[in-house]
Amino acid sequence: MSFSLAEKADTIVALATPQGVGAIAVIRLSGQEAIHICNAIFYGKDLTNQQSHTIHFGTIRDEERIIDEVLVSLFIAPKSFTKENVVEISTHGSSYIVNQVIKLLIRHGARPAKPGEFTQRAFLNGQFDLAQAEAVADLIHSDSETSHQAAIHQMRGGFSGEIAKLRTELIHFASMIELELDFGEEDVEFASRSDLRVLVEKLMRVVEELISSFDLGNVIKNGVPTVIAGKPNAGKSTLLNALLNEEKAIVSEIAGTTRDFIEDEINIGGVIFRFIDTAGLRETTDVIESIGVSRTQEKMKTASLILYLFDLGDTDMEEINRDILKLEALGVPFLKVANKIDKADPVFVKALKAKHPDTIFISAGKKENLDLLKDRILELVNLDQFRTGNTIVTNIRHYDSLIKTRQSLLDVLEGLDNQISNDFMAMDIRRSLHYLGEITGEITTDDLLANIFSKFCIGK
Amino acid sequence: MFHVEHLNYKDMFPEYDVIVVGAGHAGCEAAHAAAKMGSSVLLCTMNMNTIAQMSCNPAMGGVAKGQIVREIDALGGLSGIIADKSMIQFRMLNRSKGPAMWSPRTQNDRMKFAEEWRLALEQTSGVDFWQEMITGLLIKDRRAVGVRTGMGLEINAKSVVLTNGTFLNGIIHIGEKQLGGGRTGEAAAKGITEQLVQLGFESGRMKTGTPPRVDGRSLDYSKMEVQYGDENPEKFSYTDQTSPLKHQHNCWITYTNKSVHETLETGFDRSPMFNGRIQGLGPRYCPSIEDKINRFAERDRHQIFVEPEGWNTVEMYVNGFSTSLPEDVQYAAIRKIAGFENAKMFRPGYAIEYDYFPPTQLKLTLETHLIEHLFFAGQINGTTGYEEAAAQGLIAGINASQKVQEKDPFLLKRSEAYIGVLVDDLINKGTEEPYRMFTSRAEFRLLLRQDNADLRLTRLGHQVGLADDIRLEKVLDKQSETNDLIEKLKQMKLSPESINNGLENLDTATIKEKISVEKLLKRPHVGILDLVTMDKDFKSFISPFSKEVIEQAEITIKYESYIEKEKMMVDKINNMENFRIPSKFDYLAIPALSAEGKQKLHKVKPETLGQASRISGVSPADLSILTVYLGR
Repeated sequence: MSFSLAEKADTIVALATPQGVGAIAVIRLSGQEAIHICNAIFYGKDLTNQQSHTIHFGTIRDEERIIDEVLVSLFIAPKSFTKENVVEISTHGSSYIVNQVIKLLIRHGARPAKPGEFTQRAFLNGQFDLAQAEAVADLIHSDSETSHQAAIHQMRGGFSGEIAKLRTELIHFASMIELELDFGEEDVEFASRSDLRVLVEKLMRVVEELISSFDLGNVIKNGVPTVIAGKPNAGKSTLLNALLNEEKAIVSEIAGTTRDFIEDEINIGGVIFRFIDTAGLRETTDVIESIGVSRTQEKMKTASLILYLFDLGDTDMEEINRDILKLEALGVPFLKVANKIDKADPVFVKALKAKHPDTIFISAGKKENLDLLKDRILELVNLDQFRTGNTIVTNIRHYDSLIKTRQSLLDVLEGLDNQISNDFMAMDIRRSLHYLGEITGEITTDDLLANIFSKFCIGK
Repeated sequence: MFHVEHLNYKDMFPEYDVIVVGAGHAGCEAAHAAAKMGSSVLLCTMNMNTIAQMSCNPAMGGVAKGQIVREIDALGGLSGIIADKSMIQFRMLNRSKGPAMWSPRTQNDRMKFAEEWRLALEQTSGVDFWQEMITGLLIKDRRAVGVRTGMGLEINAKSVVLTNGTFLNGIIHIGEKQLGGGRTGEAAAKGITEQLVQLGFESGRMKTGTPPRVDGRSLDYSKMEVQYGDENPEKFSYTDQTSPLKHQHNCWITYTNKSVHETLETGFDRSPMFNGRIQGLGPRYCPSIEDKINRFAERDRHQIFVEPEGWNTVEMYVNGFSTSLPEDVQYAAIRKIAGFENAKMFRPGYAIEYDYFPPTQLKLTLETHLIEHLFFAGQINGTTGYEEAAAQGLIAGINASQKVQEKDPFLLKRSEAYIGVLVDDLINKGTEEPYRMFTSRAEFRLLLRQDNADLRLTRLGHQVGLADDIRLEKVLDKQSETNDLIEKLKQMKLSPESINNGLENLDTATIKEKISVEKLLKRPHVGILDLVTMDKDFKSFISPFSKEVIEQAEITIKYESYIEKEKMMVDKINNMENFRIPSKFDYLAIPALSAEGKQKLHKVKPETLGQASRISGVSPADLSILTVYLGR
């Protein structure tokens, strides 16, 4: 993505809210002339002599014709997202109105923004470093509270801060090695190899922690992969629909109706769960369904959470015990969910409660006890680790650099084991520094920057 | 009255292609290189008898510096050959470390070193000499067109290379005494700094120092440790023009002690270092003894190397005892060092302050931005060290000649040579203290080894007409023989019967079936020479190959994975090096750049994004912004 200097002086315009009909739409302008251009079509106060961070009511007119009643928010440079003059026009959410207003603004000197151009300007004007710019992209794409929090944390420099700290330690380490190399024949004393090992191992732990936080980060961004497992007709599709509150899976009374995965996301208490409704667990002779069953087994292994669902009227204790053993062997956290409590035999319920006191009794069809189920789901994913403000890696590029850092650090340790000369070790340290630098943009490579803004959509 | 034919003095001098001012390490290399490349050269020096002085220690090379000497030699410069011809001891430092750290160093006969340089220059066709102080430059339309001498002669040239060393307004400090001078007993040079400043150059002051010289007959060596030369000494030059020493001189090691330190401290109130008389900044890593005592107060001794100044002279150089304290304090203190109890001093140590020009005012060719056809090399650029000076002299000499002959600039990349690192660092980062090369300054240290400088650079030296055909042929042979040997070592297998005993002795695992030599060499403690002792057939197989080829093959095989990793990084970095910035790019028009970054970029005008990344004051954020602006 290349821009000429002239292009950078332009005032750009784009719709900042999603395409489609909503209650309101926000059109964003950024650039030196943003306020003047808007003022030319706005009837109300004179926008050119208003304070920053004020909102003004008025109408947008094309000559005499009123297009819409709008609210205009002013952000005067540098106190705006892009550090340029920014105007946000809230119109009514009709695409006709939006198009008319944008056309009008273009006629008065604005230019349609390219994808990511607003964020790019913010970056160019020193609002963000690279990691922060990427966090903005994540923020825009985030649609749950925790995902939002992780992005915000990164945006405030938390991630860059952690990496920077790590780099400083590593640079210190590197300089000790370099000192030893360059002054080895002279009159200088150095840290011992065992001290160096301690330091590298400490760094490894932090890197490992960040790497493993990627799984968590990924979960936050993409949702907790959740499988509802149970034998055919236990009510899996019904439960999914109840949680989704809409008919996604085909529900019928015939066992084995759900033949393929239907994925959907549901927001429970600010965390996204990516529910995978599956075919049943039982052995089957039906060819089509047997494909579904083996794929279920695979899905279950990759899930972060399994809801083991069984029909109280159609399952005996022995079967439940057997299934639970199987699930425990999988090693994935799971909840025991007994369905159709409304039709259940109280004696069996009592026996089950005694044997498995943590069972959750619900009725998917009647939507009974679903709130309890949701609470238990949340408890199981341990939200605390999301919310303590620990640095969480959510970006695949960062993850990749951390993996390479880890490899370089492992090479350093291996070098220590083999008592290899410091000049080789120094190279592995330099490589580690290089990869850490890639995360914060300390080291810029063109392939890195070429891709960085392509994540943004127009208006961001 | 006699009839005097009126001769214009101008007839004494033709218009030279290149005038070199100063005949130290930088000046000599510059004059030789330019002449060798076909330019007519005038070498101007204040004193024909002090050409190529080793003003400080009588040694060449050392860590990182030895690699530079090898590079100069590989390109066709003379420092390596001269050092070989005048060496009295050879040591390969850092043998216990990896091959990138191996650093050749020689102790040299100071007088022979100077003599060999002078003879070599006298034998270089195209080099003329003129003994006089140069007091000014001839400038026309912001181009250098010659020099003006102390007598008022004007000598014309197409290019001028300034290598003034410590002579520009040099002031020598010994205690409270101050003497004008560029070296002890030699006058300082006046006029050039003032003219350059008037032309718009920024100048500064730097400081360096040297220890006392003592009478070797007055020392008791039984109280010192002997430092021998290598058992199998090597040499700097890749050519067959020189050979390793058969007989070597010793050096000695001794230590200061508390009583030495206390004695030195009595002179601190009269030290120009501490009473503010010296304004210039000295090197942190080659500190004076008073600096060491002051800064490392917890240490009660410092190492002293006692180095002979030549084969026959009794003069000794007291390395590690650089000082500018009053001579009486120096004398009293030095006599408290073990073995120095009866020492007689030949001359005291001193500190010298001199003018330098921040090298950020230069292009990669070492030509100044301000005045075309004017080149700077050596201490005038804020560096320290013979090797650093010689390397710059070589680059300036080559480029002055290339410019006159309207040929392409001669540039070395950071991934090609320490010399490339040196020049790139200087012009982009500048330097606050005398710049000395370290291996850590090179990001591609593993590639920039002393054993492969010829493979890296001789082709380039040959292209510009500096390295001769014999050198090139030798390198091409070495390359093809090395490749041949590597191939054979991959094929060749050794059997358990013949080598398992030997492997056990080396504390490395024995083998169960035949294994290729290549695989064996990848083991940390197994070398070709070890295998030679284990297997007779292998010994007769390897014997036709030269030592250099065997070493090259072994390093290539043994460290392949590391070298490959580093090459990958080079490619990555070279992406940025190839990312060219238009020469007219207007940094001042980019509001987003930091104020400092904007100024520095505007001043240095980097040719590539890679170069921009190394300019001090240009932040990573500035770089990201530039990258996005320049687009791709």
